[in-house]
Amino acid sequence: MVNFKINNIDISVEENTTILQAARKHHIDIPTLCNYPDLEIKSECRVCVVEINGEKKLFTSCSTIAKEGMIVNTNSPKVLNARKTILELILANHDAVCATCPKNLNCELQTLANKLGIDENRFPTVLEVKPIDNKNPALIRNINRCIKCGRCIDVCKSIQSMNVLDVMGRGQNIEITPAYGKFLTDESCTYCGQCSSVCPVGAIIEKDDTDPVWEALNNPNLHVIVQVAPAVRVSLGEELGMEPGSIVTEKVVSALKYLGFDAVYDTDFTADLTIIEEGNELIDRITNGGVLPIMTSCCPGWINYVEQKYPEILDHISSCKSPQQMFGALAKSYYAEKMKLDPKNIFVVSIMPCTAKKYEAKREEMRIDSVNPDVDVVLTTRELGKMVRQMGINFESIEGSPFDKPFGITTGAAAIFGATGGVMEAALRTVYEVVNKEELKDINFTMVRGTDGIKEAEVELGGQKVKVAVAHTLANAKILSDQVKNGTSPYVFIEIMACPGGCIGGGGQPYGTTAEIRQKRIDAIYKVDENMTIRKSHENPDIKALYDDYLEKPLGHKSHQLLHTHYHSRKK
Amino acid sequence: MISLKEVLKKYPKKEEYLIEILLEFQTSKKNHYISSEDVSTISEYLDIPESQICSVISFYTLLSMTPKGKYVVQVCHDVPCFVNDATNIYEKLVELLGVSDGETTPDSLFTLEITECLGCCNVAPAMRINNEVYTSLTPAKIETIINDLRGEVK
Amino acid sequence: MIQMKVISKRFGQINPLSIDSYIKAEGYEALKKAVAMHPSKIIDEIEISKIRGRGGAGFPAYIKLRALSNETGNKYIVCNADEGEPGNFKDRMIMENDPHAILEGMVIMAYATGSTQGYIYIRGEYQNAMNIFKKTIKAAEECGYLGKNILDKGFDFNVEVRSGAGSYVCGEEFSMIESIEGKPGRSRTKPPFPTEKGIHNRPTLINNVETFANFPHIVLNGGKKFAEIGTPSSTGTKLISLSGNVKNKGLYEVPFGTSIRDVIFKLGKGLENNRSIKMVQLGGASGPIIPEYMLDMSIDFDRFENFDSKTGTGAIIVIDDRFDIFDILLINMKFFVHQSCGKCTPCREGHVQIVNLLNKFISHRATEKDLMSLENLAYVIQQTSLCGLGQTSMTSIISSLRYFRDDYFAKVRY
Repeated sequence: MVNFKINNIDISVEENTTILQAARKHHIDIPTLCNYPDLEIKSECRVCVVEINGEKKLFTSCSTIAKEGMIVNTNSPKVLNARKTILELILANHDAVCATCPKNLNCELQTLANKLGIDENRFPTVLEVKPIDNKNPALIRNINRCIKCGRCIDVCKSIQSMNVLDVMGRGQNIEITPAYGKFLTDESCTYCGQCSSVCPVGAIIEKDDTDPVWEALNNPNLHVIVQVAPAVRVSLGEELGMEPGSIVTEKVVSALKYLGFDAVYDTDFTADLTIIEEGNELIDRITNGGVLPIMTSCCPGWINYVEQKYPEILDHISSCKSPQQMFGALAKSYYAEKMKLDPKNIFVVSIMPCTAKKYEAKREEMRIDSVNPDVDVVLTTRELGKMVRQMGINFESIEGSPFDKPFGITTGAAAIFGATGGVMEAALRTVYEVVNKEELKDINFTMVRGTDGIKEAEVELGGQKVKVAVAHTLANAKILSDQVKNGTSPYVFIEIMACPGGCIGGGGQPYGTTAEIRQKRIDAIYKVDENMTIRKSHENPDIKALYDDYLEKPLGHKSHQLLHTHYHSRKK
Repeated sequence: MISLKEVLKKYPKKEEYLIEILLEFQTSKKNHYISSEDVSTISEYLDIPESQICSVISFYTLLSMTPKGKYVVQVCHDVPCFVNDATNIYEKLVELLGVSDGETTPDSLFTLEITECLGCCNVAPAMRINNEVYTSLTPAKIETIINDLRGEVK
Repeated sequence: MIQMKVISKRFGQINPLSIDSYIKAEGYEALKKAVAMHPSKIIDEIEISKIRGRGGAGFPAYIKLRALSNETGNKYIVCNADEGEPGNFKDRMIMENDPHAILEGMVIMAYATGSTQGYIYIRGEYQNAMNIFKKTIKAAEECGYLGKNILDKGFDFNVEVRSGAGSYVCGEEFSMIESIEGKPGRSRTKPPFPTEKGIHNRPTLINNVETFANFPHIVLNGGKKFAEIGTPSSTGTKLISLSGNVKNKGLYEVPFGTSIRDVIFKLGKGLENNRSIKMVQLGGASGPIIPEYMLDMSIDFDRFENFDSKTGTGAIIVIDDRFDIFDILLINMKFFVHQSCGKCTPCREGHVQIVNLLNKFISHRATEKDLMSLENLAYVIQQTSLCGLGQTSMTSIISSLRYFRDDYFAKVRY
């Protein structure tokens, strides 16, 4: 143990504890800016400096290890002055028009300026206004707001191994951009949005699509319907001030009704449908000697990745559309027929934890009439939060209500799509029972749960043991993709999610997501599953009805028309 | 001019040789810069992302992503040269070349740059043209040097 | 005699491109002596010599050496020849005049610390030195002083030349390590220090060219004899790069303790055209600016410590009375704006604001509040920057605020 003092308080911590960690443990607040839980310590912003007795220099508490007998002062006049000066310097090179910034009241820089009592900047602005990158449907980069903390580079490089962003130039002219300062569209960006989720300011944000949604809601000629992704029910509450991991499924429905949607549906329904189609695809490939392993296709970040980086393995990708797109396709076919509506007058909105879904909805392949998108607008959890706030809805106290019919019944298997391993578990619950024609004794496949980067499991299918694997984050996806590419993959089925933790850790989820918060959302997702009456997709009576009524059979003609697609090489 | 492939062959496939490769190849090129095609080739050879290579090129002043003149004239303007009339030397170069700091002459012959100390303070003022250092400069001396280089081309 | 030639004794006397010429002038004798000694005894001699690093900071050399020798496995030795500090040319002069002395120092230290790989990182502008050093390495390899099984003693050591590519900050240890790894020269968070985790996260020792060039002399003549030269706290000789407005600009070698005035007037023969001194900048752009009345100060690390800066490179830049303090400060500060790597806030954003403030003084728009802002900002940059660049870049501002305060007041608008 190391004994030392912070602000005259005796502190005892384990060896190799930083001053910041020690202070936080003892509820001593040291402001930070570039620091982010789960990312490496950069000590770049220098906001967290503290004074150590006997030293002329100030030390960054995030990177300085506490030593025996150290006397630390976190609030001496020297420290307070330095911190304030540093923040003024940052603000002098920042597009600080806070009231009209999307991160207003959600900005770490703004909060810090307020906390340090900065009401005047001694330094004149040195900001040179540069163009904004808004050429893609998912993310906007406004480098005029960038404070060069490097968090986005960290996630893009170390967590996603994408290396789209890096520091260009040097000194005061540095810019965090793709190579040659190009647009994200020119690079192999997957639009996973992890950068936007860690950006402390408004330098990388999702493209705001709330305006077209308001417009549609106010258009009397449109039938505006909305689908809600599995992960949103465990995060919208958090976005609106509730505890991380709060389950708010029915509140979401009520809030959406209040916003004026004509009907509110659950993407869980098409998640169940995905399991039926994908499960049958797997069985078909195993029995008929098709290309194996089969890899999931629900995650648009992963699809963007594989199309750009591993086009050689596209044969392995399931031809199933994602649940979001299955819903869109059904909404503009089956649903339109059933409701006697012209598909052109149906406006489909999805609420997704994801920024890449915005790109997916815009894809040419995702238009059953080859002209109009099946999903008209995708909103992230954060954007829905914004709409709820705009309408002054008191979310916490709102009374819940159930999803609308005809896609009313969903299963626990669909709910867990939101967590890494969930699609695999849902698929195994169905495939096992269909192939082996026997009921599972324990439907919880705990082997594929949890936050290990790569998880594997072995199951018996039709008398033979097969291996499956699950990966989340693109760095881990790369490892499994290389195996597939080299023909050394020992698996028959692989689930891949681009974001850490799966969709619950998506790029469109509430700000401040950390490993701890992801775990709370995952726990909540499995609780949703446990509380469901039906927990296997193939037992969903509404899915059965859909096949009887309309689709006929899995992998049938109608299914192929509406629920399947193919992906293309987009190697750059 | 040596091809990029030939330069690459001289170095092991290791990230640590990136700067050496960039410098050697750029020096051999007439217009002293690394093109985006070059970046792609190097990226593939060393298996490092293009963004990282661009980050490196944009960090170091001796590397460039845009074409320069055949002769890159770097004139020192730090204190030891400044107090020895470096300003006049620079102005003379501006007059002779018709371009200022960071610019290239329309005939792509000269690029003029103000540079950091060349370590020739004992023989200030100093400048460097490509890899050649010129010291104890006077406006008259500059005129001869530039005219000689122009003559060489003709 | 003011001069005392130890490091520079072979300058002009030998052919730097000929290893035979070097060998005839006691070359590689120290290495032969060293390999007969126990490695730890060599470091003991260095400790006895009390030699301090010649890169500027003046850190006792034996500490890093011993730290490195205590590490196991692969370790690296780096010679810092990225002489980017304006006003310095001593390292270039050693490389161009006596390159084998540097290499010999490196090989001895490789033996003493058990390192097998070395680099000499030469700034990209020093093409001539780089060419010479590449030949130096080749010649030493051919003669068995470098490479495999050196002097048949069963130890291996290789040295590669690495070129800088135009970045002052790469003279800073971690920035140099990053650059050697092929990356932009942006410093790392400390700790761990280079002797724990340097190149490829392996223990790494970095010393200045002049420091390495001293090692053969210490080994050959003993640490005790070396410690007799200079002052008790700063032993040995110092190469001085004398530049600016003096008659005889050039490189001089003097024992520590020599006064700056003697260097300027006795060796440099005073100022041109009998002008008077307005100021003298020591060390380089990151060194202090002092007035004429302080020139009796002796060249000594302990004296230099008063300035909180790397004065110890040995550059003396004399500036006559035609120049204004702000001319010089502005050049210094623009230099740092250009050289900041951009990683940490105070250095990236601070230098630009310092230039803004200086311009306010120059154009007589500054107020007393600006003077306070300048002083405050200078101290914040010094106290909070991540690496040596920002920690020392403010020395000229801070010293000028101390010794030339009236010059500031003269420009303040009331």
